[in-house]
Amino acid sequence: MSTLEIRHLRKAFPGVIANDDVNLLVQSGETHAILGENGAGKSTLIKMISGLYQPDQGEILIDGEARRFDTPRDAIHVGIGVVHQHFMLIPALTVAENVVLGSELSKGRFQRSKTEAAVAEISRSFGLPLDPSARVRDLSVGMQQRIEIVKALYRKVRILILDEPTAVLTPQETRELFVVMRQLKAEGIPIVFISHKLEEVREIADTVTVMRLGKTVQTHPVAGTTSAQLANWMVGRDVVFSDHPPASTGIGDTLLEVDRLTVLDERKVQAVRALTFAVRAGEIYGVAGIDGNGQTELVEAIAGLRPVQSGVIRFQGRSLAKVGVRGRLRAGISYVPQDRQRDGLVLTFTLTENLMLRDLSRPFSRGGFLTRKAARQRAQELLTEFDVRPDNPSALAGSLSGGNQQKVILAREVASRPKLLIAVQPTRGLDVGAIEGIHRQLLRLRDEGNAVLLVSLELEEILALADRIAVMHAGQIITELPRDQADIETIGLAMTGERRAAVTSEEGST
Amino acid sequence: MTQRLRGVLMPLYAVVTGLILGAVIMAVARYNPWSAYVALFSGAFGNLSAIGTTITYAVPLVLTGLGIALAFRAGLFNIGAEGQYWMGAIVAVWIGYHFAAWPWYIHIPVAALAAMLAGALWGGVIPGLTKAFVGAHEVITTMMLSYIAIFFGHYLLEQGPMMAPGFIPQSPAVTASATIPYAPWLPTLTGGFWITLVVIALTHILLFHTTLGYKLRAVGANAAAARYGGMNVAWFTVLSLGLSGALAGLAGALQMLGVEGQLSDTFSSGYGYTAIVVALLARNNPIGILFSGIFFAALSAGSQSMQIDSGVSPYMTDVITGIIVFFVAADRLYTYVRVRRARPTGAVGEVRA
Repeated sequence: MSTLEIRHLRKAFPGVIANDDVNLLVQSGETHAILGENGAGKSTLIKMISGLYQPDQGEILIDGEARRFDTPRDAIHVGIGVVHQHFMLIPALTVAENVVLGSELSKGRFQRSKTEAAVAEISRSFGLPLDPSARVRDLSVGMQQRIEIVKALYRKVRILILDEPTAVLTPQETRELFVVMRQLKAEGIPIVFISHKLEEVREIADTVTVMRLGKTVQTHPVAGTTSAQLANWMVGRDVVFSDHPPASTGIGDTLLEVDRLTVLDERKVQAVRALTFAVRAGEIYGVAGIDGNGQTELVEAIAGLRPVQSGVIRFQGRSLAKVGVRGRLRAGISYVPQDRQRDGLVLTFTLTENLMLRDLSRPFSRGGFLTRKAARQRAQELLTEFDVRPDNPSALAGSLSGGNQQKVILAREVASRPKLLIAVQPTRGLDVGAIEGIHRQLLRLRDEGNAVLLVSLELEEILALADRIAVMHAGQIITELPRDQADIETIGLAMTGERRAAVTSEEGST
Repeated sequence: MTQRLRGVLMPLYAVVTGLILGAVIMAVARYNPWSAYVALFSGAFGNLSAIGTTITYAVPLVLTGLGIALAFRAGLFNIGAEGQYWMGAIVAVWIGYHFAAWPWYIHIPVAALAAMLAGALWGGVIPGLTKAFVGAHEVITTMMLSYIAIFFGHYLLEQGPMMAPGFIPQSPAVTASATIPYAPWLPTLTGGFWITLVVIALTHILLFHTTLGYKLRAVGANAAAARYGGMNVAWFTVLSLGLSGALAGLAGALQMLGVEGQLSDTFSSGYGYTAIVVALLARNNPIGILFSGIFFAALSAGSQSMQIDSGVSPYMTDVITGIIVFFVAADRLYTYVRVRRARPTGAVGEVRA
């Protein structure tokens, strides 16, 4: 039974005070949520607890004893286990190999069967089914997260920290994770649950500590709080919950037509199979589905980043077969990719340089030469308009928080005045305030008569925004519904591939 | 600390550390490091004529270093600049002695441009295309092509088609119309230096002030994002390796037309390898390459007088070079030490771990 206490922790970086007077008390056996917007200082706090950063001031106490972590190894040694947002796994190794990496059963020869037995034992006793001999690269995101948890358990974790664990999960996977968390709690392991999702905090946590602008502003038992109250603390102002923004007012002509499209994935397997749908001007077309059912391949094919095996993609009636990435952009197709750090940004470039990544024209360059001053000015305008913090055009993209990185990408993609915006998981990992802002942008685009193709793993997001909803499963659209006929149960079922007979809206499936 | 300041300080740390450790080694070998360094310095910069020689030494290093830096910026490792330099030298010399009737203002540019083309072909088009379309790694292809070029050079000279009459394996001398003159007021300073200054400026402008350079850097920094940005990564692979080879070829041409006057079999330049160090020390910054090129040229220019004055073997400068390379490569070590020290006050240089 362990406790974690944080007293007056402070951490400053040049120009930024990331954490200031942070206090926290995690009691043994409780699930303690830390709730805060992006950039509120949650990640910095976790990095100090896990030994990646060293605090400038303040104390970290484990079971009442002050500890100092110079390296992550020190923290692991004391029994602090962190499951980071980006998993620290080696895809080419097996589950068991990943679990024991760095603390193998014996030095020298790798004892495979013994290791696998040990890992299987842990996964069985904590109710986390896993195949110890499976390769990590073949596993889903949810499974990989499970490995991270088993990894912590294998190291005899005393305090488990989950950094935004649900950001990458499907609703089903989230539910499974919560089952696991309850199980761990029953074993008496205190859990620190970092999140910015109010519903999840209310569902799983016992106590919540709210962070804002680098400080802990409230600690409160979850029972007896309301979502509005939590949001209020988090944002520092009243947030309006409008679960159903006004529906589309005017549907226009068909903009994007996808006709019997087949696309291969890296393994040359058909990821999109003879798929047909159309998106019209003035609507948000939502594509729901569990990750890995061909959404990425579909979107990349439309954006021109992946070859089409067969079928046609038409935009404004014209086939895109011979149009490259740039041509599609110029035709009015913008694209917010799923992985903002891998595809969306060059992290070592400045914000100005990132804002011109896809379109070097007008203010950014003239006649092949960069126009630095004008570019900077334009970047400044965009950063201010899209509320990016810090709004310094010379800041490196890599120094921004995830939410602000996403805002930079959105600023770039919306600034080119697209007729069609493809957005994949646009609010993944973002806080309430940022989500609100991004949703507002998508709705504004729609209301101005443009089309939005929204691909999201978060059903709530699709239900809140989309005018029509398609569910993708195994490379096909299994059902397509107007929003007023869609409900979570029907869609959730379709996501698992079951085409329920009861889904008999007049359009039915495609 | 600002990025810019760091970019200057890191290489300086490496140089200073290299010189200090070099002094320690000399002291252990019972030489006086102070007098050795004084001799080294005065050999390299002691008088105007010595400065001219040092700068002349630096020209091929700087040009080849620029080429290597350009490839580095695009995320590519051109390790075969030596061979591209040879191809440039061969082509420049051949044109240099073949077309005696041409006026200089045609002869020199044609020889230099042809040499650049040859270097580009050798360094860029072949490795670039094989990388882009077959996936052959440029480290292997440029290095192997480098050997081919070097031995092709030997073949041409040893009883081969470019051997001058006589018994010495060397080419005929280039004609006066193809010779780049030394500076009239400083007979040790090659005219190629002025061309080098222009090329530095052009490379700087290309990298940091043109859309082409922007794209090239984007491809180097994050190929996936560059692809998403609509850039043709394969094309930029060919282009940047091609430019890289062209600069090495130009280095060969200027050395032949401005300094050596003929291709000879006994000489093995080694510039293509030292230039990797030049680019590394300058952190691939075109202006920094001028200084790091001059620095390494000074080490070799001064090593002779170091031997004469203090008896230290000229190879000592190679030891110093090696140490510097080690510390440039290990510059994360400095960052690590600095971060550790800075901990109590929390002034960490980099926000991202």
